[in-house]
Amino acid sequence: MDIHEHQAKDILKSFGVPVPGGGIAFAPEQAMHEARKLGLPVVVKAQVHAGGRGAAGGVKLCRSEGEVNAFALSLLGRNLVTKQTDATGKPVHRLLVEQATDIGKELYLGLVLDRKSERIMIVASREGGMEIEDLAEEQPDALVRMVIDPATGLMPFQSRELAFKLGMTGSQVAQFGTVMRGCYRAFRDLDATMVEINPLVITGAGDLIALDAKMSFDTNALFRRPEVAALRDPGQEDPREDAAAEHGLSYVGLDGDIGCIINGAGLAMATMDMIQLAGGQPANFLDIGGGASPERVVAAFRTVLTDPNVAVILVNIFAGINRCDWVAAGVVQAYRELNLSLPVVVRLAGTNVEEGRRIIDESGLPLISADTLADAAATAVAARPRMAA
Amino acid sequence: MAILIQQDTRIIVQGMSGRIGKFHAEDMIANGTNVVGGVTPGRGGETVLGKPIFNTVAEAVDATGAEASLVFVPPVGAADAIMECAEAGLKFAVCVTDGIPSQDMMKVKRFLRRFPEARKMRFIGPNCAGVISPGIGFMGIMPPHIYLPGRVGIVGRSGTLGYEAASQMKALGIGVSTSVGIGGDPINGSSFRDILELFENDPETDAVMMIGEIGGPQEAEAAAYARDHMTKPVVAYIAGLSAPKGRKMGHAGAIISAFGESAQEKVEILSAAGITVAPTPSAMGETIARVLGVKAAA
Repeated sequence: MDIHEHQAKDILKSFGVPVPGGGIAFAPEQAMHEARKLGLPVVVKAQVHAGGRGAAGGVKLCRSEGEVNAFALSLLGRNLVTKQTDATGKPVHRLLVEQATDIGKELYLGLVLDRKSERIMIVASREGGMEIEDLAEEQPDALVRMVIDPATGLMPFQSRELAFKLGMTGSQVAQFGTVMRGCYRAFRDLDATMVEINPLVITGAGDLIALDAKMSFDTNALFRRPEVAALRDPGQEDPREDAAAEHGLSYVGLDGDIGCIINGAGLAMATMDMIQLAGGQPANFLDIGGGASPERVVAAFRTVLTDPNVAVILVNIFAGINRCDWVAAGVVQAYRELNLSLPVVVRLAGTNVEEGRRIIDESGLPLISADTLADAAATAVAARPRMAA
Repeated sequence: MAILIQQDTRIIVQGMSGRIGKFHAEDMIANGTNVVGGVTPGRGGETVLGKPIFNTVAEAVDATGAEASLVFVPPVGAADAIMECAEAGLKFAVCVTDGIPSQDMMKVKRFLRRFPEARKMRFIGPNCAGVISPGIGFMGIMPPHIYLPGRVGIVGRSGTLGYEAASQMKALGIGVSTSVGIGGDPINGSSFRDILELFENDPETDAVMMIGEIGGPQEAEAAAYARDHMTKPVVAYIAGLSAPKGRKMGHAGAIISAFGESAQEKVEILSAAGITVAPTPSAMGETIARVLGVKAAA
């Protein structure tokens, strides 16, 4: 789960990391009020769950209240398209108004959950301000990596070593220790999966300050981090994914026209691949999970059909912990309740498959049965209504 | 022989008094698995499915000589339950639970490394379908009837895609020695490489079907192991060719977040290591048949 920059800064500040003074604004008047409180000039930053905001025109140094007002008016309520968003972009509903910082030098500091060492890993670089992916590609040698042992936690010698590698001197070394300790504790104590300060700035006066901040959290740990769960901004997420999650479904919207209803993440990905190899494009990823009731299957149909591009639905179930008869009953119920007219291809295998097939066959509905994964994908691709060329 | 489970392996089920635990334990027993008891804290002394329930894993080990455990414990207590198994001296544990926090798994991995080599517990999962040796027994949630006993090992992250592979193989008359689901989480107990090593050393396995997916470094690590240390052929399939970057595809670990983590890149890495990659998910069975045929002719 992602949060906004201003939320990440509030968290890091509470763990001792220095951040610029600032305030949040949902309206131009509020932005001007915050600017007055802070004193001009200020930096106004669009708050969206995506990087690349500066290049996309979402960040501006404003020298007058008029400028703050005009910039806030131009952003609020609009979508910001950055190179990390899709073509629609992310809606801007709040702005961070911050004291301008005198930038001497920009560094990069990130903490991630490293899957190879299975530990929290620090990634740092003397080159801040660039996207880490670009940095890793263009200057891999400029990146310094260090792994933290969960038994001891971050050790002071690690922070010192890193500070010297980043070219720090004098009191900066101790300040960097404070920044590192704060980032590590925030990561550990709040079940984060990523903390990124990019850039970490050395000011003209030689002090450290987190100019930007990003945090992501482990959704599996939200049950014990209600304070983190409360930071969620549904406005930044695909509403279909939220609605699907309420029914125990895992959904990701895509660009194609073949709606997918599958059990198991691996089979769902494989079915999408098979559709693509058969010459079609999947409209979504959808995993109905284990032990799916007919009602959950109906909810899956509703979710898939919220996408207006869907022209065919492919149901592919290999039941282990699921039951083909329950899924079949759900398919029949959905077809009737939702008055479907688009082609629906159904492939069932595994637990209670005979009973499931019987329910499909005896329903009297124009459902198309398929025996194998390959059949199912090819049939779904062929069943798409022909578009007028 | 097969790997991980033998006919006489004494198995307990943690959470056997629960609805899900009981349902699957019943299926395991019906298929000949040697379930000797269960563990549910506070329910010690009760009997479920004719088997004794104990309060702790240590008590179960004392009373039954249990060697392995299947963990059906909700996310909040799952890591604790896995560590309890290791402390009690079990040789092997499987956890099917989906939704365990990553930092809990970090602790589990650190804890398992504490033990000397001879006393180390092998751990499979979490968020997996489990382990089955057809005709011998299983620990997990898979439908046992779709597997034909035989000599091909299967290892995969996804449960259902493992079923798909087993049924394609069965349709061609090819059987399975053991099928292992290593689970879809970013931090898991045994890696692809760990399981390949077990299959390489198993005299009853002739070839391996490895089913990977987007995200993480484990397929690349397995490719290097297969290239440098394996004599048996490996066939692979990687799910997620059509998955967009940066989006989590169901499994907590199925997300492309670094170089080498997309399906296309993994296919290249595996092919470069001499592994035969099935071109489509529906060709897993026929690809393994082709590789076995080539081997028989050679």
